Amino acid sequence: MKHSYWRLFAVLPYAAALASNILIPPVIEIDELPFRGLLAALTAYFGTRGLLALRGGPYAEALDRGARFYGAVGVVFMVWDVLSSKTGVLPLPFFPGPAQIMEVMFRERSAHAVNCLYSLRLFAAGFAAGSLFGSVSGILIGWSDRWHYWLFPIMKVVGVIPAIALVPLVLIVMPDTFSTAVALVAISAWFPVAFTTARGIRSIDRTYFEAARILGASDFYMLRKIAIPGAVPAIFTGISTATGIAFSTLVVSEMIGARGGLGYYINLAMGWMNYASVYAAIVIMAILFISVLTAINGIKNRLLAWQKGLIK
Amino acid sequence: MIDYDETKTDLPVGAFPAVALPVVVEVKNVTREFRDDRGNGIVALDNVSLSVRQGEFVSLIGPSGCGKTSLLRLIAGLDEPQSGEILADGEPVTGTSHERGYVFQQANLFPWKTVEENVAFGLKARGVYAQRRSDVAEYLEMAGLKGFERAYPHQISGGMAQRAALVRSLINRPKALLLDEPMGALDSFTRMDLQEKLLELWQSFGTTMILVTHDIDEAVYLSDRVVIMTPRPGRISEIIDIASPFPRNRSSAIFVELRNRVLEKFHLAGAEPPVEYII
Ligand SMILES: Nc1ncnc2c1ncn2[C@@H]1O[C@H](COP(=O)(O)OP(=O)(O)OP(=O)(O)O)[C@@H](O)[C@H]1O
Ligand SMILES: [Mg+2]
Repeated sequence: MKHSYWRLFAVLPYAAALASNILIPPVIEIDELPFRGLLAALTAYFGTRGLLALRGGPYAEALDRGARFYGAVGVVFMVWDVLSSKTGVLPLPFFPGPAQIMEVMFRERSAHAVNCLYSLRLFAAGFAAGSLFGSVSGILIGWSDRWHYWLFPIMKVVGVIPAIALVPLVLIVMPDTFSTAVALVAISAWFPVAFTTARGIRSIDRTYFEAARILGASDFYMLRKIAIPGAVPAIFTGISTATGIAFSTLVVSEMIGARGGLGYYINLAMGWMNYASVYAAIVIMAILFISVLTAINGIKNRLLAWQKGLIK
Repeated sequence: MIDYDETKTDLPVGAFPAVALPVVVEVKNVTREFRDDRGNGIVALDNVSLSVRQGEFVSLIGPSGCGKTSLLRLIAGLDEPQSGEILADGEPVTGTSHERGYVFQQANLFPWKTVEENVAFGLKARGVYAQRRSDVAEYLEMAGLKGFERAYPHQISGGMAQRAALVRSLINRPKALLLDEPMGALDSFTRMDLQEKLLELWQSFGTTMILVTHDIDEAVYLSDRVVIMTPRPGRISEIIDIASPFPRNRSSAIFVELRNRVLEKFHLAGAEPPVEYII
């Protein structure tokens, strides 16, 4: 029975935030509807989960586990809303309330969508190129002693240079700002992928290669069937690291000369002193990047199905 | 019971029954020296000679570090001797061959492949999978792995993994199978189970078997001949014929006598008996 109180705690703060938002008049001119829509949606969401949890089982346990955190987020929404647009305690325009951010997200949704697509396009192009090039060069460096001898030291030195530091150089080589940004994202993704892939191949248990050779495998067959599948976990470790680095490169390179994208949008909003837009873009960025990470994780779990239950 | 000793200088005579079958593996005066981290030489094998005839089951026993694995790796073609020569089917060994299968101490199945894919590996690697794909199910069945085709190695037991590793090698129909303590990591029941499986496969395929073990009981139970090695430098000190027909009974008087003989020679060779023997 103790748990069911926590289940209530998951939903009540959202309902309370909704009530206080409706009951307390704002001190600024604002369209409250988007924020109320969000709170109503979250109330309905956690309410439904609470009802479904009445049946018990693992679903209920999951809700009980998360309930305190979900509820706390609701409390933060309510307090933040009261301290900002309801009372003006937080100084504007630097610290807008959640209702203002939601208002901007709603009003400028098409601009956000377009900039999101810009960012995604840049990320997809740069990241795909970087991780493809990274895994290929990593496989070569890990597999061949000669490649390893010549390229591994170079990679170690080039790899530690932040891609952003290469902006002047890349600008000279690349014809326009988009391809410059793609190149920067690609470079920043390349290093972690190449490095972990090379190391991953080198750390594969030698007896796998010996067993394969005795079973009749040629060098090329071992490369395809032992070295590469054996390095897939390492490649994904590299890709996960690369994702974070590529994101920062992406945002910075959008800020310094792109014509679109979330980084560009933030710059623009800063120019107008429109902090609500800045925060809206940051929230959207977080959602976008979490989605990308989730997608990459999904691919990884599929490819590494053989590891299920092996680690942990 | 045929009772004779072989001196170290003579090449060993063929197995019991003494039919002159062709020699499949011949090790001639092989010396292999390693360097340790400080650069000191370690003579893993000192002028070792051994010949194994077709279809024979030979066990290598000896204390840790006497060069059993080193010898097996040389025969497999995974390593080269400093001096001496190794012949397989009369030809000098220059590298690995699917004719000489190898089962490692740890099953070392490829973890990213299913049991079935592991067993099929040799056929695919050699490009004969299309003609022989139906063999895979047959070998899996032989190993008692039916129903586990799609399992990954970490999802099966150690004994199952070793059986899978065994048929992964056998599916290539090797002339000789080299087994480096394949049962070392198993509990005694699983081990006995695998011993039966090994005997069964040996008898149905006629594959020449060279088995490294630290279990005297196992060596006597399975082998035509038991080779006793001594360390520092690694040498063959004794080769004992186990002249007893299969299937053997571990509690029969003749088995106990043979085992005691091996144990005695083991002591004479200056080696401590393996711990596993004292039960
Ligand atoms: N690659 C190597 N580098 C250096 N020394 C080695 C190497 N391989 C083997 N040795 C040494 O050679 C000797 C024989 O080793 P080997 O592995 O053949 O022994 P073993 O009889 O198989 O022992 P165990 O029963 O413990 O497996 C040991 O002293 C070992 O330290
Ligand atoms: Mg060994």
